[in-house]
Amino acid sequence: MFVRLSTALAALSLLGSAALAQGAKPTDPQIAHIAYTAGVIDIAAAKQAISKASNKDVKAFAQDMVRDHEAVNKQALDLVKKLKVTPEDNDTSKALSKQASEKLAELAKLKGADYDKAYVANEVAYHKTVNGALETQLIPSASNPELKGLLQTGLKLFQGHQQHAEHVAAELK
Amino acid sequence: MRPGRYLPVTAASVMAVLLSGAIAVPAHAATIQITIEKMEFAPAEVSARVGDTIEWINKDVLAHTATARNGDFDVTTPPKKTVTSVLKKAGTVEYYCRYHPNMKAVLRIEP
Repeated sequence: MFVRLSTALAALSLLGSAALAQGAKPTDPQIAHIAYTAGVIDIAAAKQAISKASNKDVKAFAQDMVRDHEAVNKQALDLVKKLKVTPEDNDTSKALSKQASEKLAELAKLKGADYDKAYVANEVAYHKTVNGALETQLIPSASNPELKGLLQTGLKLFQGHQQHAEHVAAELK
Repeated sequence: MRPGRYLPVTAASVMAVLLSGAIAVPAHAATIQITIEKMEFAPAEVSARVGDTIEWINKDVLAHTATARNGDFDVTTPPKKTVTSVLKKAGTVEYYCRYHPNMKAVLRIEP
């Protein structure tokens, strides 16, 4: 519980402080990069879970994550191409990626049921964090209506994944 | 003159179709479209009858399911595909997407 909470809080404060540090709301190219990165991170975590998880529901959940996030990231790439927006790397994306690779390394050390529980717990926390960022920061800051629309659908998707992860977590207990 | 002569025949055949239809499947069996778009079922509430066909039109790039909470049906809709299913049991059925449990809707199925 402590690990889960502290991970979520750490990521949230990273998201918050990184954008605030720039003294302005993120631009559309930055928002696109952050949203895309958030998907890439979850795909990497899911791929690790597909090879490491022992519980079949956990494995199936991980497969759902790869399928959904790859589909949405492809949609996002198509949209930025159409809008002629070039995703721009930024401190928030960097902070997210750094934290995610640390988490991957931490999870890599676990095995069996311990790994399953830790992966699913992190999925709940991670999706919660991204939902918070989408709601309070990314969606309100997006200026292009199509980008905003995709982020709004993305928020519903992440909320759905969070509920799905919570369900899987409850079944593991 | 001609239309008058044929009318009784036509009426009788219509009756026959209606009667045979009433025995096999409800005569009014309809096809109802439910669209899945941007993580939502639309319309969120639909009234139908046993024997009606639901056309599940998935416009998302994501796979979804329409899964009855009471277990009456479980339809998987691949991305950008339309899937049909026939309603077999009456009842007010809440259904959701197993992949995204925040997607919820209701089907009111009359006998």
